[in-house]
Amino acid sequence: MAVLEVKGLRMYYATTEGEVKAVDGIDFELNEGEVLGIAGESGCGKSSLATTLLKLLPKNATIKEGKLMVDGQDMIQMPDAVVRRDVRWTKVAMVPQGAMNSLNPVFRVGDQITEAILAHSEMSKSEAKARTAELFRLVGIDPSRYRVYPHEFSGGMKQRAMIAMALALQPKVLLADEPTTALDVVVQAGIIRLLISLKEELKMAIILISHDLALVAQMSDKTAIMYAGKFVEYGPSKRVYASALHPYTLGLLRAFADIRKPKQELVSVPGSPPDLVNPPSGCRFNPRCPYAEEVCREKEPPLQEAEEGHFVACHFWREIQARGKQP
Amino acid sequence: MSDDEVVLKIDHLTKYFSVRKSFLQALSRSASQMVHAVDDVSFEVKKGEVFGLAGESGSGKTTVVRTALMLTRPTSGSILFKGQDISRMSQRMLKKYRPKIQIVFQDPYESVNPRMTIFEIVSEGLYVNRLVSSRAEAIDKVTKALRDVQLTPPEEYINRHPHELSGGQRQRVAIARALVLDPEIVLADEPVSMLDVSIRAEVINVLLAIRQKRGISILMVTHDLALSKDVVDELAIMYVGKIVEKGPAQQVVSIPYHPYTHALTAAVPVPDPEAPKVRVLAKGEIPTNISPPSGCRFHPRCPFAQAVCAEKEPPLEEVAPGRFAACHFSKEVHEAFSKGLDGPVGSNAAF
Repeated sequence: MAVLEVKGLRMYYATTEGEVKAVDGIDFELNEGEVLGIAGESGCGKSSLATTLLKLLPKNATIKEGKLMVDGQDMIQMPDAVVRRDVRWTKVAMVPQGAMNSLNPVFRVGDQITEAILAHSEMSKSEAKARTAELFRLVGIDPSRYRVYPHEFSGGMKQRAMIAMALALQPKVLLADEPTTALDVVVQAGIIRLLISLKEELKMAIILISHDLALVAQMSDKTAIMYAGKFVEYGPSKRVYASALHPYTLGLLRAFADIRKPKQELVSVPGSPPDLVNPPSGCRFNPRCPYAEEVCREKEPPLQEAEEGHFVACHFWREIQARGKQP
Repeated sequence: MSDDEVVLKIDHLTKYFSVRKSFLQALSRSASQMVHAVDDVSFEVKKGEVFGLAGESGSGKTTVVRTALMLTRPTSGSILFKGQDISRMSQRMLKKYRPKIQIVFQDPYESVNPRMTIFEIVSEGLYVNRLVSSRAEAIDKVTKALRDVQLTPPEEYINRHPHELSGGQRQRVAIARALVLDPEIVLADEPVSMLDVSIRAEVINVLLAIRQKRGISILMVTHDLALSKDVVDELAIMYVGKIVEKGPAQQVVSIPYHPYTHALTAAVPVPDPEAPKVRVLAKGEIPTNISPPSGCRFHPRCPFAQAVCAEKEPPLEEVAPGRFAACHFSKEVHEAFSKGLDGPVGSNAAF
């Protein structure tokens, strides 16, 4: 069953230079207990998409069109007060980017989580405290540390506390935006294991946003590659990594060091992400694409189904697929 | 391509920092505490070699770099640049050596002055060190350096400001700034960790190209073991101020002799959804450098630890040709890892 359904979602920022088309026509469905990974470079719109999904937008941002169905109700049509009461935290919760710095340094960690529960539910204070202790256990923090202040926690512990807070009201969807940036590799591995176990234990759907394709590969059932406000490739993770069909996905995979492989030469994706005020005509990736031809500058390729459940937006995906199958 | 000439030798380097006392501690005259940032570290960087220092935050890798640059003086031990001990030189004497040892910082958004043009940024060191006598000469050197970092044509870049460049291009400006002084070794402190994965390769390849072309040695600090394997020749793994393992990067990363190295490699995610997931093999958290554990500093977190590990500190020894490890059980550890086990042979720690 789909817990989240996104259709034709567009969100633009108004700036003095013009409209920034940060989220420009996104469609996907997320089922119960499913993990969707969204990967792309900085500036591709992935964090903007996350804030749009929660309707936590700055003043200059507008949702131009689209549907955002949570449990069968369209969030776009809901007044803000209703979103706050019925959706945020209870149905969709977020672990923000840089979550480690999101705790207030002058309040005890446990109290901050209890506070969040009290603000969003009917629980009594003692019930909320008990719930906080339970959440601590769930994310691997000893409940006896309820009364510590954030500075007494390491980076990894703070991140666990932020995950605990997001889980407080048993959301159906957890949005994790770069949940491991600035963490050391062993600590990062601990957070990955935690998210995997939460997904299995709580049957929660997770949207994982990261620039790190290896991190996304660790736990995503489906992977979307985002470029210039759009999904350019989307499908079951196994298919996207094993037989990528978009030149951008291929480029990202080639730029990635893989610890299992013998010494390899890394290849960067030339150029930089486009200006989203005046994106390139046709396919937005065409100025950086090694396969670009005339048609790519003229016509925008639609996101089409290349194989079951695997979508790609490229005029030449058939050629790329054929080449991939050659020995 | 490296010959045997040693460009930089770090010899029994130790650096302690004293912890600032609180008001009450000062009143009670308690003994001051020391942070053991780097504790008896030795290694050599040969001509044309890329030497990597890897480890978690707090392992002391950045302190090694800062001391090698003589931005801070070592507590004990010495730093030899082509045989000359620079750690005891006066600031005046040091001036002669400064251009030869250059640095590229982590964050190209912070390390270049936004109000200066690219020419001003790259040429500043030439004027400071009085290496040029005319503007024409400076332009000539800057142009050459920009060409070496593939910012071409250089004429198009020299009058621009940093905000007109991408992160990768800025980092290449920072490399050009180091290169223009004609250094013999470049220290690169996490040179790509702030950059998008898609453009990391462009900066790494520029570093490797200048090494190839000019025979410059590179000391690279990184926490990314997957990247080290592709870039670094000789790799040293640091843990709480000590080197625990050292050897050819590919060998170290594939089958280590130290349990900590293995814990690091097992935690690195791979870009393949069908591959085994990351594993957490080091229990608990990294200890503080103020009172490091007795004996082997890794023993409280180590799956192989036995009584001796808490008592006696293992020295860094050659355990196989070219491979060094500081572990009482390096042979057993290596054997277990070769068999695909994560813990001692006989336990059921296999995955």
